[in-house]
Amino acid sequence: MELTLAIAIGVLTGSGVWLVLRPRTYQLVIGLSLLSYAVNLFIFSMGRLRVGAAPVLESGGAGNPADYADPIPQALVLTAIVIGFATTALLLVVLLVARGLTRNDHVDGREPN
Amino acid sequence: MPSPLLLILVLPFVGSLAVVLFPGASREPATWITGVTMLACLVVTGALYPDVSGGDAVRVQIDWIPSLGLDFTLRMDGFAWIFAMLVSGIGLLVVIYARYYMSAEDPVRRFYMFFLAFTGSMLGVILSGNLILLVVFWELTSIFSFLLIGYWHHTQPARDGARMAMTITGMGGLALLGGVLIVGHIVGSYDLDDVLRSGDLIRSHQLYVPALVLILLGALTKSAQFPFHFWLPNAMAAPTPVSAFLHSATMVKAGVFLMARLWPVLSGTPEWFMILGIAGMASFVLGAYLAMFQHDLKGLLAYSTISHLGLITLLLSLGSPLAAVAAIFHMLNHATFKASLFMAAGIIDHETGTRDLRRLSGLFRYMPITGTLAMVASAAMAGVPLLNGFISKEMFFAEAVETHADSWLDTAAPYAAVLGSALAVAYSLRLIHSIFLGEPPESLPREPHEPPFWMRFPVMFLVIACLVVGMIPALTIGSFLHVAVSSVLGAATPQYSLAVWHGFNLPMAMSVLALAAGALLYLGIGNYLERSERPPLLGRIQGQRIFERVMVAISWRAAPLVEDIFGTRRLQPQMRLLVAAAVAAGTVPLLASGLSFGAFGNGTTDLAFTGLWCVGMICAVAAAYQAKFHRLAALALLGGTGLVTCVTFVWLSAPDLAATQLVVEIVTTVLILLGLRWLPKRLQDVPEPSGWLPRLRRFRDLTIAVVAGLGMTAVSYAVMTRTPPDTISKFFVEKAYSEGGGRNVVNVILVDFRGFDTLGEITVLGIVALTVFALLRRFRPAPDNIERPEQQRIQWSFDEAEPEVEAGATKAEYLYLPSVIMQWMFPVVIVLAAYLFLRGHDAPGGGFVAGVAMAAGFILQYMAAGTVWVEDRLRILPVVWIGGGLLLAAFTGAASMLLGDAFLTSYFRYVELPLVGKVPMASATLFDLGVFSLVVGATVLMLIAIAHQSVRRLRAAARLEEERRRWN
Repeated sequence: MELTLAIAIGVLTGSGVWLVLRPRTYQLVIGLSLLSYAVNLFIFSMGRLRVGAAPVLESGGAGNPADYADPIPQALVLTAIVIGFATTALLLVVLLVARGLTRNDHVDGREPN
Repeated sequence: MPSPLLLILVLPFVGSLAVVLFPGASREPATWITGVTMLACLVVTGALYPDVSGGDAVRVQIDWIPSLGLDFTLRMDGFAWIFAMLVSGIGLLVVIYARYYMSAEDPVRRFYMFFLAFTGSMLGVILSGNLILLVVFWELTSIFSFLLIGYWHHTQPARDGARMAMTITGMGGLALLGGVLIVGHIVGSYDLDDVLRSGDLIRSHQLYVPALVLILLGALTKSAQFPFHFWLPNAMAAPTPVSAFLHSATMVKAGVFLMARLWPVLSGTPEWFMILGIAGMASFVLGAYLAMFQHDLKGLLAYSTISHLGLITLLLSLGSPLAAVAAIFHMLNHATFKASLFMAAGIIDHETGTRDLRRLSGLFRYMPITGTLAMVASAAMAGVPLLNGFISKEMFFAEAVETHADSWLDTAAPYAAVLGSALAVAYSLRLIHSIFLGEPPESLPREPHEPPFWMRFPVMFLVIACLVVGMIPALTIGSFLHVAVSSVLGAATPQYSLAVWHGFNLPMAMSVLALAAGALLYLGIGNYLERSERPPLLGRIQGQRIFERVMVAISWRAAPLVEDIFGTRRLQPQMRLLVAAAVAAGTVPLLASGLSFGAFGNGTTDLAFTGLWCVGMICAVAAAYQAKFHRLAALALLGGTGLVTCVTFVWLSAPDLAATQLVVEIVTTVLILLGLRWLPKRLQDVPEPSGWLPRLRRFRDLTIAVVAGLGMTAVSYAVMTRTPPDTISKFFVEKAYSEGGGRNVVNVILVDFRGFDTLGEITVLGIVALTVFALLRRFRPAPDNIERPEQQRIQWSFDEAEPEVEAGATKAEYLYLPSVIMQWMFPVVIVLAAYLFLRGHDAPGGGFVAGVAMAAGFILQYMAAGTVWVEDRLRILPVVWIGGGLLLAAFTGAASMLLGDAFLTSYFRYVELPLVGKVPMASATLFDLGVFSLVVGATVLMLIAIAHQSVRRLRAAARLEEERRRWN
């Protein structure tokens, strides 16, 4: 299971990086989204993979940490997902505005000669 | 009652603010505020004399950053007292003078504001009891000097002079900071008293020389000493009151003040003697030499100032206590006669319209009183007996004759002293002769006459001071000088006598020689001086020119060169560098320490999970492959990967993440779909650039991508297989219920334990949304996107072709059933969002996921019925949602402060709500409500802002079409 997820993170990163290095703005948007999946999964995996662990405390009272999924990476990733959406929106809009001004969708603002 | 020291320091800054805030453009209030502030500083300082005259220092200490040894310490001993008197006293006189000098067109409020702020900074330098604090005020004086020199910033010389002064003194200030840090490192404290006690420690330390060089760089640049002297003549572009105050009496004295202040600690070594001896002697002689050749009256005075400061530096370099006494005495004397001379120069400029010595002559018959005053002050500058300049110069001669160290520099000192003094006599004579004596002036811009009494009063006051101190020094300045000197020298204070007449001795002979030689020199070459274009010998070597060359080289040649090498306007190479740097930054530590895998694991191997991720990975790679030509397909594939990620979160015990990921997935897809409309068509049949270069580039990018992917796989596998260490998670799991009142630990972390982080995050979210909105307000799409999209045009043409179909009907009925269902779903989505929100504290859910779900509900309506239909029926004010959410979150946090707890402390209890049942009501829930509201607002705002573009553009396109029809 660990190996599967590790390979998945690698493949998502590789695809994301490849797209980030491409010349078209849309490729950049998709690439960054793929990268953010990879990064979120990576941060999430810092808490180790737990199948069937309780995410919510059983009853009122102190919980035994060994019985529960690690909450910290989850808290980090939760906000990262929302902020990730916001930055994707910002990037998309910046690229759209740039596209309107430069009349093309090359990341450099002009087509290579 | 605040401490008087604090009062002295704060008053000028308060006055500065008061000048700015005082309404109206009238000059009188500003002048009065400034004058009264100066007077108050003077009175408070004067009242402190009994406290400092005993020999102890008055101290005020306020903690600033104690952990760094930084205290806001103010300290006044006799030396600081006499300087504070000098600054506030001359400051007051200059304000009176400036009242008449500044013309009605000048924005005087700005002048007085800078003037007062400068005074405060200068008093700060004088009163600082902590070296770092001293450097802070030191830099402030540089900044306000810059602003004051550049006061008439519409003229080129003012801008150039201000920039040059700023550059030179700013670099000096940086060096000083370095030196002070070294001294603090040696002593272990930045406190001035501690430093003054550690002289032997500092002098014997191996870092003494670097510290000394850096501190002296600061002092010499500030006091315009050779080879940094050239900024001072250029600073003469400032209004004359500024020159009189900053560039004769106060700011340039800061350098020698610091040298005298640290004299007990740093002096007495060969390095000190050589550096200051050479700099001082060179400034003394060269300054006097160059002063002779100036045609600008203020230029002459500026070079004379350099020369006199050189004299002081030379005295301090000798390392003998008697010389230090002479140095301190001369600081005071120079300030007195030079300030009066500058003000007299300003009067002449003001009344005649020129400062050119070649054009001025015979003014004595027009302004006899000013002329007399200027002559007396010049005589003091030349060192004529019965004036204060004479006494300190006698002391200087006596010290120059003494042997202090066995070196050529010491041997040369007496000769240099006589030479420099003779030159001083010559330029003083030139000043008097060419301005006041001789033929009546021809063709002056204005008819000269005496200035108003109060404009002349400051000059008169200072000249009388010169006379009185010069005749009865022991009775007037004697006791104050003694307090100042003994506070610097302490036990080493020597016996000295302040008297006009010491009998016939060598210094007396030197004085007579210098006076006679100077007079003869002027008689001999006086006419030549009037005609000369530039000084012989040294005229061509100008520090100023070197400075300008260096500036040009740095800013016009070096900077573009660096930009050419390292800069690019193309994004692709930048991204490549960024990614490559990130990969390298990850790889280097791995190579250094190796990567080992552990044996930890959850022990399950699930084929279904592997199969799931096979799909996910195929989606990702396919999205990467398709993103260029098939944007919609790439988007769908991206969504596939997102869903797999979402399922992974469910699988691995993170339902909160799964829920959030799911709703965010929906809004992201909608967002990008909305964006697709504005991208250009990309046709696959356009030939790709072929050839080996593009292939090579792609191969390189592929390599980077593969390396990055492999690296991430290795690192994440290594982390996942290691036994987890003890983290703070333990704390959160144990305390979530007992202290946060919630069973969903993730939510409790977000809204309670780390509430402050969340507040920051939602703020960012709000800012991003507003930025998106702002960017799109003036959105101008490319021309090929203004028309209706192709699909809509096909629908329209179908309508037009079929006679029984109304125009627009096809579009209206497009996806009719789904849109009805979507409209019905609206209340369901609202209930879902409320449900997710309310259970958030105890079960998976919370403000973030509920907020995005709610936003998705709004967007569904837009998609189902169109922008116009929705906005006719539903007013969504996203900005209100954003602002309200942020305020609610912040106020909830602040409410705990009312009860005396820290920001964002939470309270909780369970509340029975009708119909819903028992609901946890922590104050954190209110905070979460703020989060919810902000997330709704931000998400909706971003999506609607993009969606609106279609409506706006269609209207624009319709207008365009209409016009076209009208003209054809």
